[in-house]
Amino acid sequence: MTKKINHNFNQEDQDKIKKTGLDFSQKTRSASFIQQDNDILFNKSLLDGIEIEPIEAALNKYPQIKEKYYGKAFKELNKEYPKETVGGYFIRIKKGKKVEFPIQSCLFLKNKKFKQKVHNIIVAEEGAQAHIITGCASAKAAEEAYHLGISEFFVEKNAYLNFTMIHRWEKDIEVKPMSVAIVSQGGSFVSNYICLNPVRDIKMYPTAVLAKDCKATFSSLMVAYPNCIQDIGSRVIFKEPGASAEIISRAVSLGGEVIARGDLDSKAAGIKAHLECRGLIVTETGKIHAIPELKTKYRDVDMSHEAAIGKISKDEINYLRARGIPKEEAQSLIIRGFVDVNILALPEELRKEVDKLADQTLESGL
Amino acid sequence: METILKIRNLTVEVEGKAILRNLDLDIAKNQNLILFGPNGSGKSTLIGAIMGFENYKVTSGTIEFSGKNIIGLTPDQRARLGIGVMFQHPPKIRGIQLKQFIELLSDKSNNSKEKDSLVETLNLSYLLDRDLNVDLSGGEIKRSELFQVLVQRPKLLLLDEPESGVDLENIALMGKALNSYLKRHKLSALIISHTGYILEYIKTKYACVMLEGKVCCHDNPTKIFSEIKSVGYERCKDCRCRSGIKK
Ligand SMILES: Nc1ncnc2c1ncn2[C@@H]1O[C@H](COP(=O)(O)OP(=O)(O)O)[C@@H](O)[C@H]1O
Ligand SMILES: [Mg+2]
Repeated sequence: MTKKINHNFNQEDQDKIKKTGLDFSQKTRSASFIQQDNDILFNKSLLDGIEIEPIEAALNKYPQIKEKYYGKAFKELNKEYPKETVGGYFIRIKKGKKVEFPIQSCLFLKNKKFKQKVHNIIVAEEGAQAHIITGCASAKAAEEAYHLGISEFFVEKNAYLNFTMIHRWEKDIEVKPMSVAIVSQGGSFVSNYICLNPVRDIKMYPTAVLAKDCKATFSSLMVAYPNCIQDIGSRVIFKEPGASAEIISRAVSLGGEVIARGDLDSKAAGIKAHLECRGLIVTETGKIHAIPELKTKYRDVDMSHEAAIGKISKDEINYLRARGIPKEEAQSLIIRGFVDVNILALPEELRKEVDKLADQTLESGL
Repeated sequence: METILKIRNLTVEVEGKAILRNLDLDIAKNQNLILFGPNGSGKSTLIGAIMGFENYKVTSGTIEFSGKNIIGLTPDQRARLGIGVMFQHPPKIRGIQLKQFIELLSDKSNNSKEKDSLVETLNLSYLLDRDLNVDLSGGEIKRSELFQVLVQRPKLLLLDEPESGVDLENIALMGKALNSYLKRHKLSALIISHTGYILEYIKTKYACVMLEGKVCCHDNPTKIFSEIKSVGYERCKDCRCRSGIKK
């Protein structure tokens, strides 16, 4: 049986999509979903126990999805969300199912000024374990296009969900992901975010709501190019005791602006939370604003944060040059090192893939 | 005897202040020179000037390496000519693992064979996955530094206090590795020492003392060191026994 995804992407688009982690051969993936503008180009699960469907199809097929999940994560936060969406995926990992190979998806912008607005729902049922890698990218021709991605995650009792999102836009694209993860008792939610290419304007503040004994980790790597604004944060709300969370970010400004937010909000006792934000400003014109926030009214919590922003030090450059490395190469090495894929919570295979993607991206970007 | 490094009349300013003054120094091929001197006398500045770091401004004099004046060359050009330095206080570089960095250096110097045996002799295998100088102990930093500079395979090694902050066991380990490397490849080294422990492992007849930015004494290392041990650098100040390296 051939697993290869049939598609009609031209070479350029295909290369781009590959660089957001999509494996067209599906050899290392357990399920796939591809949407271009509003068209669902592909969706297929290769394993029992994983459902992957266009959201509209899933809502038609299972009315209970609407009752149980649709809009419910936002409701938990009393937050409004745009309703006029077209497409998006429904992914469900069935109870107790442990999936080794990642599930993959790609949301692609193809046409000029197109406004893509999708609504995704991801459910990891009780005791399930899975990794999802999702790429968002745009074709060269998609000038001034717009992407809105609404994602609702439901990590049910004792489930583990690891979600990695790689963005690869163009410098005139505006992007607005909105995500909320509801994590039930004993569940773990991991979010990894990588954006190393230009994007005109991106704003996101994904939020996880944790029940008793849950864990959440948000890690992000971002590089801001001239005339780009990245306003990126992560928020964890602790509703019950015994939960822990970590937010880690690395932001590089190559002339653009980064606002790196982090918000840890304990509405219960017995919480452990840490926030770490490091920024590197490479050019004179760049700007990084770190806004770490810790909130609680309980005494019995262990919450901390560290934030550090700096430029590349002369000592570091001298050090590498004294080892025979020319100045420009030394600078790229330091930046490449700073954008450290090891801070992401990824299984070994995926970490290697992402490391390679970062190499390729930063090689051309620096 | 052929010199590998020849410094004449060197004056170096740091932030407008002269730190080295009309300094002369020679290092012969296949020979090691130990440089003693109190804190702040300008030893690290000398190394910075030989490497050509920007903040060390040479206002007079020449530095010849293998017969070629290297003033005006960038630090990386000097390194590629064959000058290798082991830093006294190397900076932390996050996200670059020792392993990756050594790959890069050994590719550049075509020196991949020795890599593995050096990892063994310097007891570094457990540090290969660690970021450069991040959260390492004093001894670990120095061993990693020595490893890097040896993989570079320089013709001249500049070692800035290789034994400071290192326990005796690790000094022995490094001293032996260094000594055998220097001998095997017939290299030259300038070794800055504060404690003198390194003398046990690096056999050489040549040492000098730096005082207030000048090299002021050339003699047998053990002799100078026992003097320093008994009376400190006080005596050096009066004894301006200048002579050039004894040939
Ligand atoms: N980067 C620097 N900025 C200002 N002063 C410096 C700098 N580096 C060295 N100096 C000064 O130069 C003198 C010699 O320092 P250094 O070469 O480090 O001495 P040593 O290595 O012998 O202890 C000291 O007075 C020190 O304060
Ligand atoms: Mg010094």
